[in-house]
Amino acid sequence: MTVTKQGSRRVIASACPAAQRAGLIEGMAAAKAQAMVPDLHIIDADPEGENASLRQLAEWAIRFSPVVAPDPPDGIWIDIAGVEHLFGGEEALLRKLIDHVAKNGIHARAAIADVPGAAWAVARFGKGGIVPPGRSVDAVSTLPVQALRLSYETVSAMHRLGVERVGQLAAMPRAPMVRRFGREASLRLDQALGHAFEPITPIIPEEAVIASRAFAEPIGRLEDLKLVVRRLSEELCHSLEKRGEGVRRLDLIFRRVDQKGASLRIGTAKASRDHAHLAKLFDEKIETVDPGFGIEEIVLVANRAEPLSEKQTVAKEIDNEEGAVELSQLVDRLTARVGADKVYRLAPVQSLIPERMIRRVSPLSPPSGSMWPERLERPTRLLDPPETIVTTALLPDHPPAFFIWRRVRYKVIKADGPERITSEWWLGDQQKLIRDYYRLEADKGARFWIFRDAPMTEGGRWWMHGFFA
Amino acid sequence: MAIGREVIDDLRRQIERLGAVYGSRKSLPFGVSALDRHLPSKGLTLGALHEVMEEGPASEFAGSATFFTAGIAARLKGPVLWCLTRRDLFAPGLIQVGLHPDRVIYAETCRDADVLPLIEEGLHQKGLGAVIGEVSRLGLTASRRLQVAAEASGVPALVIRRWWTGAQKDLTKLPTAASTRWRVSPVPSEAVPAGGLKRGRWEVELVRCRGAEPRSWILEACDAKGRLALPADLADRSNPQKIRRPAPG
Repeated sequence: MTVTKQGSRRVIASACPAAQRAGLIEGMAAAKAQAMVPDLHIIDADPEGENASLRQLAEWAIRFSPVVAPDPPDGIWIDIAGVEHLFGGEEALLRKLIDHVAKNGIHARAAIADVPGAAWAVARFGKGGIVPPGRSVDAVSTLPVQALRLSYETVSAMHRLGVERVGQLAAMPRAPMVRRFGREASLRLDQALGHAFEPITPIIPEEAVIASRAFAEPIGRLEDLKLVVRRLSEELCHSLEKRGEGVRRLDLIFRRVDQKGASLRIGTAKASRDHAHLAKLFDEKIETVDPGFGIEEIVLVANRAEPLSEKQTVAKEIDNEEGAVELSQLVDRLTARVGADKVYRLAPVQSLIPERMIRRVSPLSPPSGSMWPERLERPTRLLDPPETIVTTALLPDHPPAFFIWRRVRYKVIKADGPERITSEWWLGDQQKLIRDYYRLEADKGARFWIFRDAPMTEGGRWWMHGFFA
Repeated sequence: MAIGREVIDDLRRQIERLGAVYGSRKSLPFGVSALDRHLPSKGLTLGALHEVMEEGPASEFAGSATFFTAGIAARLKGPVLWCLTRRDLFAPGLIQVGLHPDRVIYAETCRDADVLPLIEEGLHQKGLGAVIGEVSRLGLTASRRLQVAAEASGVPALVIRRWWTGAQKDLTKLPTAASTRWRVSPVPSEAVPAGGLKRGRWEVELVRCRGAEPRSWILEACDAKGRLALPADLADRSNPQKIRRPAPG
């Protein structure tokens, strides 16, 4: 719990969740609180320190989105438009954010909404979480009027008049409301309901390398934007070179005439300061930026840089080392198109169960050198999940003579098997899995991979699992 | 008239230049002399677009076409980019034709239309062994783009034509700008008296090729190094009879 001085009184500035459970609220006299909870731990409020930590936290949050701004005293804005897919959706992003913050011992609540005002209200006075697009009005109207970021005087004036909820305020005729509570109330109400635009001015980390350009006349043509990005990228790479650094994550922030912002983010697999390469990564995405009435300023921020001492030169095909550099650029370009988790390499896993034999690794991870056992005859295409088939076998433990798969009957001419595949011994009996695999060649030469999930005597069923041909 | 002759001379020079480019391009021999002799560049031209499709009972899974394509990639040097839309590829199967998992980078998209840009992006990268793409829709313009990109970098583009519906299968019959089109279909392999399965056998058809007649061969499937072979019991026949099977279904 922290206290602050108001005149000669010492009042509670903020209380931790435990203190709140004990009934301590903000604005209560410290003496009263001490009477209620004798062994209370009191710290003097340090607004400057708090602001500094808030800024620190905001800079940390830049890993989630390029547009982050501290909202003193206790909030952080994060504009996640266009970045949520990198974290697997809004829900996953929110969970990850809260988890990370909680690990650092910070109790936080977060909300995602169409407009900053609504998110602010729902995070503090609602249940938090995600407000579905277009539902800001529903989400905010049941909340108390404090959720509108109003001064204490305005809120108490509203309470005196019996206006408790945002919905009540919104239902009032606008002109008398403005006369009674001032313009601020009207503005905040519009911001929360999404009728008024509210810009978020992103912070830029002090140590980050930036290149920016402001325009006397706003620009909006795609070619112009691309040209500027190329110039900025050159400038940025020049300053990075002086610091001996290469960029891993690069944000491009646009400031529009109407104060609305847009931002793009790219990442590289390896630290790079090849300006042409970096500019090219933005090329695809720039088309998605809506310039509106024009763009006033473009800022390029290298918000994650790594030491990069060696001098990058034009790659030669013959040199092995240079070839690796080239590959990282290809990976960057592919990643810029499809997302980081969609570009990968496959590495072997110690298992014989076909579904578990593969693990995705990052495309530039060092070659594992390991491989699946070569002598295994495995199909190139796997049916996931396996499909059940009807078979006719001549003898119980023989491969089938006929089978019906997807309503087509196949006559088996040749067969090889069984190859028994069991789950790994260290998994124990709970996940015990026994499969007898057969390779079959049907009458037209097509080769299939089928299995029986238990011995025939135990009522095993047959499944189609893969295709050789 | 003078202008006319000038224009014709210029065109002639251009054609010569084109021919020189075409003739000088590197190629990868299949190692089967019957096949290599038939192809104009004595093998699979490297800086070009090649289509592979599968015919047969389970042709929508393209099992043999995948082996065939991976076998080509395995015999080339350098990393391989594999662009796919569906997650049915089973990588452990690829090492049977010699394609090591460390060599393959996969790029995955959910939409068929997004695969083509990925393939093109890969083709711009010099030093790649090959770019393999799984595509169901490949139009004339798109295939021409890929062909040009492949010519510029010398990286071969191998496109496996996939289809999931009858309509998509019909699409694979439309012409493209690919320099060759192959059709791989499984045929009954050599009988083994004691049971079991021997090396698979394919009918490899060259359906379309710039500068060569369509033709088909019966070949043994790719071995552990990705090489095709002429079947032993057919090797003495210099011109294997073309086997025409009735259309499935």
